[in-house]
Amino acid sequence: METVKLTINDIKVEVNEGATILDAAKKIGIRIPTLCHHDDLCVAGRCRVCVVEQKGARLLQASCAVPAAEGMQIYTNTQKVREARRTILELLLSEHSGECTSCYRSNNCELQALAQEYLVIGGAFIDVSDKSPIDVSSPSLVKDNGKCIKCLRCVRTCAELQGVSALWNTHKGNKTRIETFLNKPMHYVVCTNCGQCVNRCPTGALTEKAYIQSVWRAIDDPEKHVVVQTAPAVRVGLGEALGMEPGGVVTGKMVTALKMLGFDSVLDTDFTADLTIMEEGTELLTRLKTALQDGKPTPLPMMTSCSPGWIKFIEHEYPSLLDNLSTCKSPQQMFGALAKTYYAEKIGVDPARMVSVSVMPCTAKKFEANRPEMKSSGFKDVDYVLTTRELAHMIRQAGLSFANLEERKFDSIMGESTGAAVIFGATGGVMEAALRTAYELVTGREVPFRNLNIEPVRGMEGVRAASIKIENVKEEWKFLEGAELKVAVAHGLANARKLMKEAEKGASPYHFIEIMACPGGCIGGGGQPIPTSPEIRLKRAAAIYAADEALPLRKSHDNPEIKMIYREFLGAPLGHKSHELLHTHYARRNRS
Amino acid sequence: MMNLDSTVTVAVKKFGAEREQLLPVLQYVVSKEKWLSEDTLAEVARVFDMSAAEVYGVASFYSFLDTEARGEYVIRVCRTISCDMSGKEAIMEALQKTLRISVGETSSDRKFTLLETNCIGWCAEGPAMLVNDEAYTNLTPEKVVEVLQGYMNRT
Amino acid sequence: MKSGDKSKRLKEFEEKVNLIFRETDCVEVLKKALRGDPRAIIKEIIDSGLRGRGGAGFPTGIKWKGAAEAAGGNKCVICNADEGEPGTFKDRRILDEQPDKVIAGMGICARAIGATEGYIYLRGEYTFLFSKLSAKCEAWNAIFKEKGLNFRTSVRSGSGAYVCGEETALFESMEGNRGEPRNKPPFPVTIGYSNLPTVINNVETLAYTTMIISDGPESFKSIGTKDSMGGKVFSVSGDASVKGVFELPLGMTLQEFVDLFGDSDTKAVQVGGSSGTCVPRKNFADTIIGFEGVPTGGSMMLFNSSRSMYHVLKNYLEFFEEESCGQCTPCRVGCQQLLKGIEAIRSGERPLSYLERLRDLARVMSIASKCGLGQSLANPFNSITQHFREEICY
Repeated sequence: METVKLTINDIKVEVNEGATILDAAKKIGIRIPTLCHHDDLCVAGRCRVCVVEQKGARLLQASCAVPAAEGMQIYTNTQKVREARRTILELLLSEHSGECTSCYRSNNCELQALAQEYLVIGGAFIDVSDKSPIDVSSPSLVKDNGKCIKCLRCVRTCAELQGVSALWNTHKGNKTRIETFLNKPMHYVVCTNCGQCVNRCPTGALTEKAYIQSVWRAIDDPEKHVVVQTAPAVRVGLGEALGMEPGGVVTGKMVTALKMLGFDSVLDTDFTADLTIMEEGTELLTRLKTALQDGKPTPLPMMTSCSPGWIKFIEHEYPSLLDNLSTCKSPQQMFGALAKTYYAEKIGVDPARMVSVSVMPCTAKKFEANRPEMKSSGFKDVDYVLTTRELAHMIRQAGLSFANLEERKFDSIMGESTGAAVIFGATGGVMEAALRTAYELVTGREVPFRNLNIEPVRGMEGVRAASIKIENVKEEWKFLEGAELKVAVAHGLANARKLMKEAEKGASPYHFIEIMACPGGCIGGGGQPIPTSPEIRLKRAAAIYAADEALPLRKSHDNPEIKMIYREFLGAPLGHKSHELLHTHYARRNRS
Repeated sequence: MMNLDSTVTVAVKKFGAEREQLLPVLQYVVSKEKWLSEDTLAEVARVFDMSAAEVYGVASFYSFLDTEARGEYVIRVCRTISCDMSGKEAIMEALQKTLRISVGETSSDRKFTLLETNCIGWCAEGPAMLVNDEAYTNLTPEKVVEVLQGYMNRT
Repeated sequence: MKSGDKSKRLKEFEEKVNLIFRETDCVEVLKKALRGDPRAIIKEIIDSGLRGRGGAGFPTGIKWKGAAEAAGGNKCVICNADEGEPGTFKDRRILDEQPDKVIAGMGICARAIGATEGYIYLRGEYTFLFSKLSAKCEAWNAIFKEKGLNFRTSVRSGSGAYVCGEETALFESMEGNRGEPRNKPPFPVTIGYSNLPTVINNVETLAYTTMIISDGPESFKSIGTKDSMGGKVFSVSGDASVKGVFELPLGMTLQEFVDLFGDSDTKAVQVGGSSGTCVPRKNFADTIIGFEGVPTGGSMMLFNSSRSMYHVLKNYLEFFEEESCGQCTPCRVGCQQLLKGIEAIRSGERPLSYLERLRDLARVMSIASKCGLGQSLANPFNSITQHFREEICY
């Protein structure tokens, strides 16, 4: 590759052709402030905070957008640059409702941090912020135009990563806004509630709808028995929101913190992740049987249903493929349904007195918990969904010194899980867990991969495909003898769309497809700590896989509590009780 | 009446549904219907395989691609400096009085919408206005009433 | 000057140029261009000293050379007919009266750079010209074909967005997007419309290229000054004794200009439209209209003593506040702040010293904005607030 040589602040640097001035500066450790730039997104060059001076040029250059060129002499810290940056920050503050003390994103706001860094005076210019009402229509997300600085990270996220484009910049000039179709409330448009925009919003213009106060009220109510479940990806994210480095696994400290916050039962969504594998794996084998043995039409490829952002996406965009979805509820909702039935009975608590809380790396889970059909226990199965970030808030509010907490174990029952459940948190994890169980169920042998690690479905490629030859099967699975099971994995809805376009035409070569709405899977979920970047997500994923390898049990069907619940309560996978509590149906939605 | 194609369908037949035809299609619909309704925007989104929000985002950028209901004759009075200096206010008053509507409004018979617009390129012959695509220049309060009368008499 | 003398004198000036509105056999000019080497065309345009007539003044021949040398089989010529600058209307008259000259210029450019497709991007406000121009394009497409030039033109329409006159915003608009200017580099000559190497020239510029090929570069160069060669079509409006479109040599002083179009009551001239510079009477004699002095896309707006310059500036800022594309911070928020700022000073909500703050803001906008719109706002703002401070503040 061709390279170019330039100087930045008189320091020589050589970069590959195509690299921006910002990239070159980063390479030699010179930090240039940015707001609209994001490592996950295309170049914008909109906010102009990153301007630098180029010797010989009248205009300042937006370093995030201008390619480094041979012989360029760049200065990042001149009087001209500083004055421009300060002015730009003052302008941004003038269109931003500066309520820092009461803002959800205070202390984690990029605008606030830069305003502090440049000692910008608020009120330097006249307030021109948008006074339109805050959009609280969605159970997942809150959109506050008054705090928006029009960096378009949300728009680019929704378009580039998610292929949804529920938000777009509208109008022009002083009327420029970020809006939904015809500025409808967020709840009534194609938004999937994935929250990826929240993860990238530099300010508090897009946030999750927080349920912290409701959860505290439940905890404080002596009449209530509050059950909490925590999703796989929370344990590799929570530490970041509490000042730790990305890539740490904090399961034990998290359990301790939850107990100290006052939750009555601290349980694990991983348990129902294992249960999902039992149900979904059986469902897949059943569909294959219908297709291959009985020769009857059955919706294939089967598609996973754990990711509620993905579910809403397919409901809007590909309703003709709804029958391809597994009917399994997500682990969160399976858990909710069992908490107020099986668990309540086990511990002798009236489910009417039970409050079911989940901690999720996800904002779409808030919407999912509010779906009208999610009441199979006879009550609302999951009452409140908190994000990883909200849990971190509660831990701070309680004054806990998280890093110093001792490590404890989840309560029993519904607290036991396997490594297969933990990897649900990373893209490809559900597929890997399902294959570990299904292959063994059919052949009686472990999957033919070293240490059970099915590498072909791991990684961060947007779409990954793999196939496994099934040989020497057990008698009852004879129809699968010699079959090549073809699977695909996609994360980020823009990637999901690629597989769906194929499937819509009936041209999908796969039997089983895993889709996670968020880039990286749940570890990169919309409820995870901010910031996010490809590097951070890789670290979280590595932590997930390390946690899997460290566990004694790594296949869902080995989970003793799973065996117990089938024995004592559910009967068999896809049995009558399972259908009642663990399976669901989907709704067609329109495209605008 | 026969089953008629929607205006969007007609436009797409004429121009195609490649992305660079988005503006021509929207312009065609506006030329026929004077504005882009929710149904129009949604239909365009479907045909162009775009999100509805994006179509709205593009349309709302352009002053002439109205996403609010407009009358049969859209009057756009130039408010930029030379027209302003040559008596645009008196023209506005005459128009508002005659039509009994304010700027931004549409008459109850949906015949006229009154808007102000930025420079329309008749600075030497101000005040000027557009009625749909037609330009009227060197306006006086009397002349503008005449022009209106002409449109009112059209069926 | 008496009005009779004035019109005589104006005629004299007009006769010095007389290129754009002169009857010319444009097909013959095209044939002449097609006879020679494409490089010879570019050389003639470079030699003529022609600079872009849309306002920015980039040397036209150099632009063509860049596109000719750009890699890529398919290239594009675009005629920028999106004149939206307040006070500018000369392209409307050129398109109306001399469309052949413009389209022939596109053909000449196509020959010079090796382009196969061409477009006229016509501002939405001029939709009444659309059919006529489309028919002209069709007629010329037949001529191009007949003369062996593989080049086709058509008309595309804007829809009421001033910023689409910015060349990359215009491409975005043609591609079906919001008309938001792109990051530069890359420049249009390498990556323009639809990723093709593109020459985009103003209506008047293209008409002049036809006349340069017709009359030769020397003849064009003999008009005007060393830095501002050739003629220029002006749009004269405001408090002028005669208004309209006039083709005059570049390099006149503003005093000479006011002698023709204004009178002793002319207190200021806004040169170059609302994004241009306001020149007060005391500077008329020392101000040259051209690239060495105040450059202009052609808009000349005269103000007499009855006009409030506060009102004028406010009108400009109201325009820009709406017409900014809204993407970059300095322009989107800066325009609003300049407008709100002068209102606040006037009403006493902000002290007089706030004007200095606003002038600094305009300077930051001029170096940190993404495109020419935000970059040029300091021209009107700082010239008007400098020369008419009292009118602004009280």
